[in-house]
Amino acid sequence: MIKEFHEKLINQEITSEKLTEDYFDKIEQKDGEIQAYLSLNKEFALDKARSVDKKIKKGEEIDLLAGIPCAIKDNICVDGLRVTAGSKILENYVSPYDATVIKKLKEEDAVFLGKTNLDEFAMGSSTENSAYQTTKNPHDVSRVSGGSSGGSAAAVAADLCAYALGSDTGGSIRQPSSFCGAVGLKPTYGLVSRYGLIAMASSFDQIGPIAESVEDAAIVLSRIAGGDKNDSTAIKSAETVYENCLTGDIKGLKIGVPKEYFAGVGLDPEVKNIIEDAIKKYEKMGAEIVDIRLPSSEYALATYYIIMPCEVSSNLARFDGIRFGQSIEKEAVINENLILQDIFFKTRAKYLGKEVKRRIMLGTYALSAGYYDQYYKKAQKVRALIRKEFEKAFDKVDVIVGPTAPTPAFKIGEKTQNPLEMYLADIYTVSANIAGLPAISIPCGSARIEGKELPVGLQLMGKWFGEERLLNAAHAFEIY
Amino acid sequence: MLSKDEVKKIANLARVEITDDEAAKYSTELSDILGFVEKLNEADTEDIEPIAHITGAKNVTRGDKVVEYSDETKDNIIKNFPEKKDRFDKVKAVF
Repeated sequence: MIKEFHEKLINQEITSEKLTEDYFDKIEQKDGEIQAYLSLNKEFALDKARSVDKKIKKGEEIDLLAGIPCAIKDNICVDGLRVTAGSKILENYVSPYDATVIKKLKEEDAVFLGKTNLDEFAMGSSTENSAYQTTKNPHDVSRVSGGSSGGSAAAVAADLCAYALGSDTGGSIRQPSSFCGAVGLKPTYGLVSRYGLIAMASSFDQIGPIAESVEDAAIVLSRIAGGDKNDSTAIKSAETVYENCLTGDIKGLKIGVPKEYFAGVGLDPEVKNIIEDAIKKYEKMGAEIVDIRLPSSEYALATYYIIMPCEVSSNLARFDGIRFGQSIEKEAVINENLILQDIFFKTRAKYLGKEVKRRIMLGTYALSAGYYDQYYKKAQKVRALIRKEFEKAFDKVDVIVGPTAPTPAFKIGEKTQNPLEMYLADIYTVSANIAGLPAISIPCGSARIEGKELPVGLQLMGKWFGEERLLNAAHAFEIY
Repeated sequence: MLSKDEVKKIANLARVEITDDEAAKYSTELSDILGFVEKLNEADTEDIEPIAHITGAKNVTRGDKVVEYSDETKDNIIKNFPEKKDRFDKVKAVF
């Protein structure tokens, strides 16, 4: 899609202004129902589009992404725009700076249509934890879009943007992509700078593209990847042009199929069949299918639900009503008896949502005196164990495949009463975050439920910084 | 099982005011989650060193230099203060 638009732009068959206006029209028609966007950015976007049109007219060379409209998850900072992270506590917060990924996209003259919905602070698997709205699944609006990057995935699936950025801490790019029928890539931890991404769990968070095709995801990745002095964990220099690695040839590629990903309870039988068919397809394409074991997979979700809340409890301490965001302080002007500490307690009580508080408290408990060894340290050991198992597996295979999510998109409201049940939606995606591996979800079929075709995603995991091979394997499936 | 009192103690450490009803609800929910993560005790981690960071990057530092931001950026930061006096962030008394 991106290359097509680019060709049309440079051949002057369409202007970026027209392309951008068309998207705003579509958003106006459809987003009332889908609710993918939290805020739009019309003037700013059209200004940018017109400036790209000028460059084209002058015959200047432009990047593949120049003049092409995209959507940004609303936990990524854009200078001068509101960034809510889906929370009431940041309702009026206007970012004074650009995230590194935004800076990089601006250098390529990308057009930002608006900011997309998410679960509050990216904590959730359905966008139902957003303090503002629930994003509907474009394939069946009675169902969730998935989460937390549900707004970005739904916007791509409903063609309300050409591509989008999401963030993935435990599956937040891949699971909504699976539910909405989009391509979603979580890069290797350390490939893309997290500077300007509102932190949830810093040792897991990565920004990545959600797009219509693997090629589009690769094009975006090439432009957002690379080391950054503002993020000491972004350690990889940016040299690879990922879209040039998509040969579609996977003869001899060794694909590992972990027994554990198909044995677990909760895997929908129809999803299981679709994934098994996809694996057969790979075999026909000339890949070698290898049975592998990842026995510690059963601990992945529990490991995640200790380490993640610990990091959350620390990262979200900054939302205290003092330097930015909503604050009870304004109301406290009247009540002279309140002291500083009351501002913390009351601001956080009023403006943070239930799931966010639940995770802050869980993390605070796990890190508190007497429990640190039992929970946090133990989880960090299991994390090392899980990583080791992947190292061993990748000695034998090039990529690992399985389902992205255990089910297709579930009904709105179906899992909101039981937090633990919602957490199980992440069961296949968290391992990649725990081990820091790159992983992609691509559409591989659909399940017919209540008369609607619901997309099912295939997850492929690659070696650390092995995005080239991973994307090529995904691309080969897509074009087969 | 986390008691209501324990939940209140944690909420206090986390600086979140909670009501009695909320404490009761969180006590059940947090206990469920803690019950679930108990699973980790089955994992044999006898000779495993814990890791806090996945890429193995060590001591990545930057120069200790002051970066001057534009007046516009500074103003935009100040605009986000919930309460201010002139260009200062105004807060309540500590005690």
